[in-house]
Amino acid sequence: MAKIKYIEFNGTEHEANVANGLSVMEGAIQNDIPGIDADCGGGMSCATCHVYINDDEWLKKLPEKEMGEDDMLDQAFEPKFNSRLSCQLIVSDDLDGLTVHMPEKQV
Amino acid sequence: MIKTDVVIIGAGPTGLFCAHQLGIIGLKCEIVDNLDKIGGQCIELYPDKPIYDIPAVPKCTGEELTNNLIEQVKPFNFNFHLSDRVQELKNENNKWLVKTINGKEFETPNIVIAGGVGSFEPRKFPTKSAEKYDGKSVLYSIKDKTIFKDKSVVIFGGGDSALDWAIELSNSSKVTLVHRRDEFRGAPASVQKIKELSDNKTIDLITKYSIKDVKGNGSLESVEIKSELGESKVIKADYVLGFFGLIMQLGPIAEWGLNLNKKTIPVNTENFETNKKGIFAIGDICTYPGKLKLILSGFHEGALAARGCFKYARPDEKYRFEFTTASSTIKDRLGVKE
Repeated sequence: MAKIKYIEFNGTEHEANVANGLSVMEGAIQNDIPGIDADCGGGMSCATCHVYINDDEWLKKLPEKEMGEDDMLDQAFEPKFNSRLSCQLIVSDDLDGLTVHMPEKQV
Repeated sequence: MIKTDVVIIGAGPTGLFCAHQLGIIGLKCEIVDNLDKIGGQCIELYPDKPIYDIPAVPKCTGEELTNNLIEQVKPFNFNFHLSDRVQELKNENNKWLVKTINGKEFETPNIVIAGGVGSFEPRKFPTKSAEKYDGKSVLYSIKDKTIFKDKSVVIFGGGDSALDWAIELSNSSKVTLVHRRDEFRGAPASVQKIKELSDNKTIDLITKYSIKDVKGNGSLESVEIKSELGESKVIKADYVLGFFGLIMQLGPIAEWGLNLNKKTIPVNTENFETNKKGIFAIGDICTYPGKLKLILSGFHEGALAARGCFKYARPDEKYRFEFTTASSTIKDRLGVKE
């Protein structure tokens, strides 16, 4: 279990306790947190669960991007160096305290 | 005006199998999809990715699944209206009048929405200023490449479309290719070619930059790009092209009064009819308690929705359940000779 903080583009904060094994994307969807669309449902094929990891320590600590994630991020709305697809961030105890920022929009 | 029993919106796996089921029970349908090819997400998002959860098919790619479904529905000779989109629905005397953006009109008692997560449209530049030039000098697809002859063209993107057009247009235009990172997702041969063209100065290749602003006075003059470190550059541009893949937009479906819930349409689980009589929704776009976004669920939903369509298309007939293994009527419809 990890407590994840989701911050919308307008600054609204949401916190959710997400069970291990779920993705950060699923944590948002299951808790009705706006700002993550996840059109493809977690298949790494749509880039609409895009988030920014603003904290450098967290950015280093997260598992590295797998092949294909950056390709998908090319197609996201305003991707940056600290962009991730939240469907690829699998929750474990290690992710407790992670904060993700949502972009202005997903599509 | 085309009169039919059912209009299916969406030619993905769910729409295709629903069409098959309509054919089996003796109904006609017309299928509309805004992509230029059949297959929906399977063909657009993951043609080469294997799918492992189609019943009795241990493994197949999105493209193989699509080709098999096309073959399965072939005996019925249904019409596909591709590169078109249903824009407007109107109810008149218990019939739906359907209009598409290309001006086609249908009259039908039934509409089956199998629209996935919406229609695929190119992702556009996030910069507001680019909207002014949209379709004129800021483009997301190319219809006529001769307009770029001897012009300055700035291309954004790292996939095959961006690379292929950069290579192609470099013959007759001044091409700058801008991409947000050093790696490209396009085919290795194209990436190699781009590097050669960049090394011999045929094209300008700028990586780790993205668009900041487009500028002009009436007509487009330049595009400003920025790096994540805050540097910026201005490049002369007659045309700016963006190739960032496709996104899915619900589009006009959102305006048909279907009580949308988070981009999905609530339906009953008896025949997948929506709150509007004669409008059904199946596949990823529908929602009900226990909904799974699996292709197999879409098949089930399509089979039941087809039976739901029967009562409005043939109000004076009683629907008879038959097996394809036993029914000679169905075999006739399939054109099977024994």
